[in-house]
Amino acid sequence: MYKFVHTVGQYVLLMRRVFTRPQRGKIFWNHLFDEFQHLGLESLGIVAIISTFMGAVVAIQTAFNIDSPLISMSMVGFTTAQSVILEFSPTVISLILAGKVGSRIASEIGTMRVTEQIDALEIMGVNSANYLIFPKVVACLLINPVLIVISIWLGVLGGWIAMEASGLVTTTDYLYGIRIDFDPYIVFYALIKTVFFAYIIATVAGYYGYVTEGGALEVGQASTKAVVYSSILIILFNLILTQILLT
Amino acid sequence: MIEAVGICKQFGDNMVLKDINCVFEKGKTNLIIGQSGSGKTVLMKCLVGLFEVDSGKVLYDNRNFSSMNTNQRKKIRQEIGMLFQMGALFDMMNVQENVMFPLNMFTDKTEEEKLDRVNFVLKRVNLENSNALMPSELSGGMRKRVAIARAISMNPQYLFCDEPNSGLDPQTAGVIDILIQEITREYDITTIVNTHDMNSVLSIGDQVNFIYKGQLWWQGTKDEILETTNTELNDFVFGTELTSRLKTRRS
Repeated sequence: MYKFVHTVGQYVLLMRRVFTRPQRGKIFWNHLFDEFQHLGLESLGIVAIISTFMGAVVAIQTAFNIDSPLISMSMVGFTTAQSVILEFSPTVISLILAGKVGSRIASEIGTMRVTEQIDALEIMGVNSANYLIFPKVVACLLINPVLIVISIWLGVLGGWIAMEASGLVTTTDYLYGIRIDFDPYIVFYALIKTVFFAYIIATVAGYYGYVTEGGALEVGQASTKAVVYSSILIILFNLILTQILLT
Repeated sequence: MIEAVGICKQFGDNMVLKDINCVFEKGKTNLIIGQSGSGKTVLMKCLVGLFEVDSGKVLYDNRNFSSMNTNQRKKIRQEIGMLFQMGALFDMMNVQENVMFPLNMFTDKTEEEKLDRVNFVLKRVNLENSNALMPSELSGGMRKRVAIARAISMNPQYLFCDEPNSGLDPQTAGVIDILIQEITREYDITTIVNTHDMNSVLSIGDQVNFIYKGQLWWQGTKDEILETTNTELNDFVFGTELTSRLKTRRS
């Protein structure tokens, strides 16, 4: 219990240092664009692959389970779109990003800690927490929703490709199913979740990297902790946000 | 000039520094020596504010650093240059970007002025035309020299060096020592070097502070160190075959 309270306290104190005005605007913007590249564009490949295949599998499973002639095959499109938008893209892709982006952030900052690069920043008079973590948080908050929107498109596209290839559902039925009872609010819900999850990924990984002590072994442990705890928090907040936003 | 006044530092039940009082003079290479675990790195970290002292104070030219808030400390820190044990160069930046970093962060100089300054300090440490190299492409000695160039890029008043010779061969270590001493005299700055390398002590130790079990045990110059009767210091200094032979020869 003491360890939990200590960790939360340390996290809050660190965030107070992170969320301050950057010392040099130009350096911050340069840093931010670098982070878009490292945390966003470099994640696009894995997001695209997982989303497309996920959508295809959901569509095939749904089609396989519809064995009643009373249920229209357009339900495959409906179910695929709803599943992808409500849960698969925002939550599963965020969990994937927690692994990829979270471990990258924690190991990068952790390595800087154990090689005294963070001490060097502090000695110069740089707010190292703000300099290192803030651009990553802003980049994740801005780029993750873009990745999730791409993921939703590719998930639905993957479902359509699978249905076309297998001949289980016609394109007309599939597209009609996507449009049935479509409520734009679910996209808003997905994006709200994504923003929360992006914040969790960047700050939890930043925290575990920043407080690393020791050497290479501890950097690995920090990276693992970042992925584990951000994944747990994502699952927890998924439930809380769903309760708040959908009930 | 930097003064440590009654500095105490404790980690849990372990009292690491006990009432340290010493003065590090301007224009001199002030050494902190002692065995591993004696508290010299903790003392240096207390002096630069990476650790908060439990009691006592650190004065930078009579300015009480220990009682300053974060913003006041930032101003002092821009007068500090520090060379870390492993160089602590930023891995993602090349040599030029590393040296230019403090200039980008704290000055309003034009790109041309900053580049001139970078080239000047790189030339000072004999690393001309290495601007585009990445830290991973540098040898240990080159990394230290780039770190020195970065430390002096802002014309510091105070230079801290944490074990500048660790991991270097004796010849390269000698080059780094001489460079530190030359820079100290050239810019008339207060330099504090944390080391347990006796070659450094005997070549550049204008003022030597021996830390033993967290206490300031002995103070003197590099010449006085060979004549001292202090048992603990003698055990430390003449604990190796080389220095033992040196003592025999002198006696």
